[in-house]
Amino acid sequence: MGLKIIVLAKQVPDTRNVGKDAMKADGTVNRAALPAIFNPEDLNALEQALRLKEKYKGTTITLLTMGPGRAADIIREGLFRGADDGYLLTDRAFAGSDTLATSYALACAIRKIKSFDLIIAGRQAIDGDTAQVGPQVAEKLNLPQVTYAEEVLKAEKGKIQIKRRLERGVETVESPLPCVITVNSSAAPCRPRAAKLLMKYKHARTMSERQTQAEDYIDMSADRPYLNIQEWSVNDVETDSKWLGLSGSPTKVKTIENVVFQAKESKVLTSSDKDIEELIKELIVNHTIG
Amino acid sequence: MNNVFVICEMDEGKVADVSLELLTKGRTLANTLNCKLEAIVLGHKLKGVETQIFPFGADVVHIGDDPRLDPYTTLPHAAIVNGVFGELKPQIGLLGATTMGRDLGPRVSSALVSGLTADCTALEIGDHEDKKAGKVYKNLLYQIRPAFGGNIVATIINPDCRPQMATVREGVMKKEIYDPNYKGVVRLIDVNAYLKDEHLVVKVIERHMEKSRVNIKNSSIIVSGGYGMGSKENFQVLYDLAEVIGAEVGASRAAVDAGYADHDRQVGQTGITVRPKLYIACGISGQIQHTAGMEESSMVIAINNDPGAPINKIADYVITGDVMEIIPKMIKYYKKNSK
Ligand SMILES: Cc1cc2nc3c(=O)[nH]c(=O)nc-3n(C[C@H](O)[C@H](O)[C@H](O)COP(=O)(O)OP(=O)(O)OC[C@H]3O[C@@H](n4cnc5c(N)ncnc54)[C@H](O)[C@@H]3O)c2cc1C
Ligand SMILES: Nc1ncnc2c1ncn2[C@@H]1O[C@H](COP(=O)(O)O)[C@@H](O)[C@H]1O
Repeated sequence: MGLKIIVLAKQVPDTRNVGKDAMKADGTVNRAALPAIFNPEDLNALEQALRLKEKYKGTTITLLTMGPGRAADIIREGLFRGADDGYLLTDRAFAGSDTLATSYALACAIRKIKSFDLIIAGRQAIDGDTAQVGPQVAEKLNLPQVTYAEEVLKAEKGKIQIKRRLERGVETVESPLPCVITVNSSAAPCRPRAAKLLMKYKHARTMSERQTQAEDYIDMSADRPYLNIQEWSVNDVETDSKWLGLSGSPTKVKTIENVVFQAKESKVLTSSDKDIEELIKELIVNHTIG
Repeated sequence: MNNVFVICEMDEGKVADVSLELLTKGRTLANTLNCKLEAIVLGHKLKGVETQIFPFGADVVHIGDDPRLDPYTTLPHAAIVNGVFGELKPQIGLLGATTMGRDLGPRVSSALVSGLTADCTALEIGDHEDKKAGKVYKNLLYQIRPAFGGNIVATIINPDCRPQMATVREGVMKKEIYDPNYKGVVRLIDVNAYLKDEHLVVKVIERHMEKSRVNIKNSSIIVSGGYGMGSKENFQVLYDLAEVIGAEVGASRAAVDAGYADHDRQVGQTGITVRPKLYIACGISGQIQHTAGMEESSMVIAINNDPGAPINKIADYVITGDVMEIIPKMIKYYKKNSK
């Protein structure tokens, strides 16, 4: 029996390459100044979905991402690896969302997608390292949650079995479907793009992207509806604006500071026997060691 | 009312260290705010657990003791915390940034629309002026945390929503007995008042927990190795040095990722925070995510063949040279000079 799976994936700034202009004056992230990547643990999440698709005939995978227009890349990347379709939730009204406002918006979009058996998210996004959106989406949809998933063992007869990786051990849990799971980086890595899918979906675009293409661009989406990436604005989903964006975010950034090292005054030694022996003697005398 | 709450976690029949650390912090915050400190413990066979908690300065310990609360699953714990928080309206709610706290915290904060800051490295009380709205907020919880892969430190506040919730990793706050004779009151939670069948749908089928083998957090000397150690075999000299001087071995994430050391030895922002008497950093460059977890060490010795390594800036002693040459010499001269 096939499953309907929604994978939540986020486009994140690559925090491994952060420059000076990464933050705006209001304390929010200046995404334009950073390379944007598929959040690493969301790729682990996608892989779990792809494995279920192989195991259970008729399974479909729908990606859902909220972000600026260029986050359509996330949907394309998912299609190249085996997802069936995707939605980009994009609107200025969502800007400045903290995790609660993000999960509210995602939950509203999921309600609109309506039919699903399983929602899979990454454990956490590397831009915030918060690991909150998965559980909060679950709470908003009143679904059970299973966090720190390492492997989906099976999903049959309305139940799912999941191996969880905890700080000091492993646990297998069973939850009824539908539910929300969040996947760890210790889970299997995501398979690469498939050449065939890359050919098929290379020209997949959102409506906004199609409108800004060069003149010689030939729009084939009329004949090939799969090349149309669904784009939803705030008006396409049922939301209450008071829960959205900056105003719907209970947490505010008060201040941010760049991290600077306070240089200490240090004693510089060489690797010579004399230097090392002096140091050891000093440490013994002042009772630091021994 | 509007007190400071700490959600305590149990670890093999004992209150987990991270919870005791949070109680210590919570007591300080409660003193600043002139309010009470309350603890919530949920689990099974908790008889007498309050005696572990009172010395850390808790005025009230809420105990929910029921077989359905052990092992931990999300929905029953969330239902009870939501219920208790809903009635007692804490101004602050703190949890450990453990697999449990990071599972429970967001669920509760979503239900209560309260906002939650994950992995704080400092918590302080302060005011905030919202110039646009012309409003001044008194005595907010400053939730201070590194963001953006550690490149910045952000202070987060929740001006309007309560409770102000935060998670903190084990070892980040100090654990200190407030008063060994401190006595508060116990309040038993009526579990049945909150727990419904619908909360019991997720079942734990199997569980394997290992006892943590290493205890670098409580070690007063740490010999820590980085990617510059070059191999798992070379790491052995660190164990040798640790053995003779009575230390534990730590590691950087790059060393852990490379398989030189186990994950439970990782020091840093996504590992353990340590504050030993002496920290010897061997072949560690000293990226901010690493130093975030060791910069409070009383003394730092950096051994690195690059005289410009960032770790040298926070070191008391900088030894420039090859780790594989220097560490055997340290062992040799320690043996020679100690009685
Ligand atoms: C979100 C995030 C969280 C992170 N969390 C952590 C964390 O918790 N802990 C952590 O440690 N890192 C963490 N990191 C990674 C961190 O940014 C660094 O990549 C890491 O600390 C580097 O480890 P290293 O110093 O061992 O390796 P390197 O940076 O490769 O440094 C190796 C050093 O060894 C020296 N060296 C080489 N050979 C020798 C020799 N023979 N003798 C002496 N010296 C030698 C080199 O000069 C160099 O300084 C995190 C990163 C991110 C993005
Ligand atoms: N804007 C978003 N769009 C889609 N999924 C998201 C978004 N933000 C967070 N998520 C999902 O929630 C997980 C946890 O994110 P976070 O709470 O920000 O660490 C991520 O790994 C994603 O799966």
